[in-house]
Amino acid sequence: MTFLGTPEVPPRGTGNLRGTQSFPEAAHDRLADSQLRRNLGKATRTIRAKRLAAAGELPDWEALRDAGSAIKTQVLANLPELLETFEQRVTERGGTVHWAPDAAAANEIITGLLGGAREVVKVKSMATQEIGLNEHLESAGISAFETDLAELIVQLAGDTPSHILVPAIHRNRAEIRELFLRAMPGVDPDLDDDPANLAAAARRYLRQKFMAAEVAISGANFGIAETGTLTVVESEGNGRMCLTMPRKLITLMGIEKLLPRFADLEVFLQLLPRSSTGERMNPYTSMWTGVTPGDGPEEFHLVLLDNGRSATLADEIGRSALHCIRCSACLNVCPVYERTGGHAYGSTYPGPIGAVLSPQLAGMAGTDPNASLPYASSLCGACYDACPVKIDIPSLLVELRHQHVREAAPRGEAAIMKAAAAAMGDSRRWELAQRAAGLGRLLARDGWIRALPPPLRGWTGARDLPAPPKQTFRQWWASPQAREELRREAERGLG
Amino acid sequence: MTGKTGTTGKATVLGRIRDALAIAPPAPVTVPRAYRTGTELPSPQRIALLAERLRDYRASVHECRATDTAATIARILGPARRIGCPAGLPRDWLAETGAEIRVDGPETSVAALDALDAVVTGSAVSCAETGTIFLDAGPDQGRRALTLVPDKHLCVVDASSVVAGVPEAIARLEPARPITLISGPSATSDIELERVEGVHGPRTLVVVLRTDR
Ligand code: SF4
Repeated sequence: MTFLGTPEVPPRGTGNLRGTQSFPEAAHDRLADSQLRRNLGKATRTIRAKRLAAAGELPDWEALRDAGSAIKTQVLANLPELLETFEQRVTERGGTVHWAPDAAAANEIITGLLGGAREVVKVKSMATQEIGLNEHLESAGISAFETDLAELIVQLAGDTPSHILVPAIHRNRAEIRELFLRAMPGVDPDLDDDPANLAAAARRYLRQKFMAAEVAISGANFGIAETGTLTVVESEGNGRMCLTMPRKLITLMGIEKLLPRFADLEVFLQLLPRSSTGERMNPYTSMWTGVTPGDGPEEFHLVLLDNGRSATLADEIGRSALHCIRCSACLNVCPVYERTGGHAYGSTYPGPIGAVLSPQLAGMAGTDPNASLPYASSLCGACYDACPVKIDIPSLLVELRHQHVREAAPRGEAAIMKAAAAAMGDSRRWELAQRAAGLGRLLARDGWIRALPPPLRGWTGARDLPAPPKQTFRQWWASPQAREELRREAERGLG
Repeated sequence: MTGKTGTTGKATVLGRIRDALAIAPPAPVTVPRAYRTGTELPSPQRIALLAERLRDYRASVHECRATDTAATIARILGPARRIGCPAGLPRDWLAETGAEIRVDGPETSVAALDALDAVVTGSAVSCAETGTIFLDAGPDQGRRALTLVPDKHLCVVDASSVVAGVPEAIARLEPARPITLISGPSATSDIELERVEGVHGPRTLVVVLRTDR
């Protein structure tokens, strides 16, 4: 295909990619939730320690990160060709490929593929959450059952996830027990709140669903262009159940999830589990290529989702957010995320990566709540250090702030500058971060400071900012002044 | 905007991607591959590492000589009454169990799989460094449902199929086959981060490591 005339900037995506409130407002509400903070603090601390140990065990960890990052850059640079090869391979092996420009198209395609099925089982997929598939199916009278334990909890509670990896971390065992007793059909009325018994109750309930389901809907961690192979990485075995038992399998995959060669899995199957759960390897990984007669689904459909990914690709700096393999390492190291939890980000994609991905996928013009996300960070650099594919999230945040300021009215500019100064003006935190190698390395890298866009240039003299508060960033963040300040900024046009 | 599905959906998506790449042309990139590949470990070390890593996941691991395979399996599965196996499993492995042997086929129902006390299979490759067993639906491993529905999976691993690291394991796979990587029994940490083993897959994973081949 060739261009006729000037290339057009692709449209942004739609679906569950923004909240109804700006980040400061939503964070304000969440900060009041002490259970969320406690649970989240424990989870992020634990996973952080495991991740460090798992990554530290490999002598070639940095070399793997370099390779992972470069492979993803290569994928984006050659995306049209790779997607076409991928489609061809999947088709040769008996699968059918569908292309969805946006969320509505993806929902329509998937609903159309269900035939007469009234029930489907689902395995954790952020992409289906992004397009709002469950809600769409429900409106068509189709029940979609989440089969990941945490997703099941979230679904039974009518909630949304608070973390990529442990979506129900905001719920305690007693609440989960009550929820199961109330909402899980056929549950033993004597169920106690021992996690093992709660998991066993979910096993019994879901087993019937797996055995009876006609159709499963999955996400994908990786798609291999060279061979047409799809990969799902998981822990509980619900993925294996969904990918094996039903007659028909529908997989929704973002177009950026491709890898060029099968051998590239040697990099990503080392990076992902160690960065995600901090395990040497996750309990189960499934790979399948089209349809295998006599083994697993007889019908396989792959839906390739754009929904703002091509728009993100049109920005040469911002596009690196598409390297993300959804490991959640950046969430677990983020001091802001640890305080606010995932809900405050509004979008399907929370935490540092959400703060750069959501505004790019869905836009952040004017008073869009997404416009506040690039400010939801202290720019401490911990996310960059943790990221297995080396996404320079701090630089992306600064770039997006710059873009938003450029697009915003002069009134907005002043407000943004103040909020940015508030968020970054804590000199102690700043120095700590520098010493902690995160930003220190960034600063040392030639050109990074000069790359700061003009409206934020004042920030390069952060240590000269007037009257630095005598609190750590965390204390500041939790303080009533901080909330008040961010709220006012939000009202004034930031959010 | 053009239509939403079929070739028009494809043309729309590819057109947008090409536009995006024209607006911000990517620089050429070469992938640095300085990470370890082709790692070799002497056999005893490889086997010991695999066993250690598997035990870390709380799988039970039994080492035996190849000639003792049948006796070892019989000892482990002790009281099991119904044992399933794929058509290509060396039948002498099960000769000493005394259980009723059900050979799986495409027509075997899910209920029949569910009624098995255990399933016994071979394996394709194992990665010592991560404690991962790879199944590739070969004749001694069978279709995926066979190692998924029964509650106990006894997996036989030959020393000759154990490699050091992930790259060595990936290199031995045939991508077109359905592949399952198993690293311990299924697990969840979804409730207050407390680890619970055995959710949907087999709740017990037993590995028999044949060490003298
Ligand atoms: S941005 Fe990096 S660290 Fe964060 S989820 Fe994505 S891959 Fe993981």
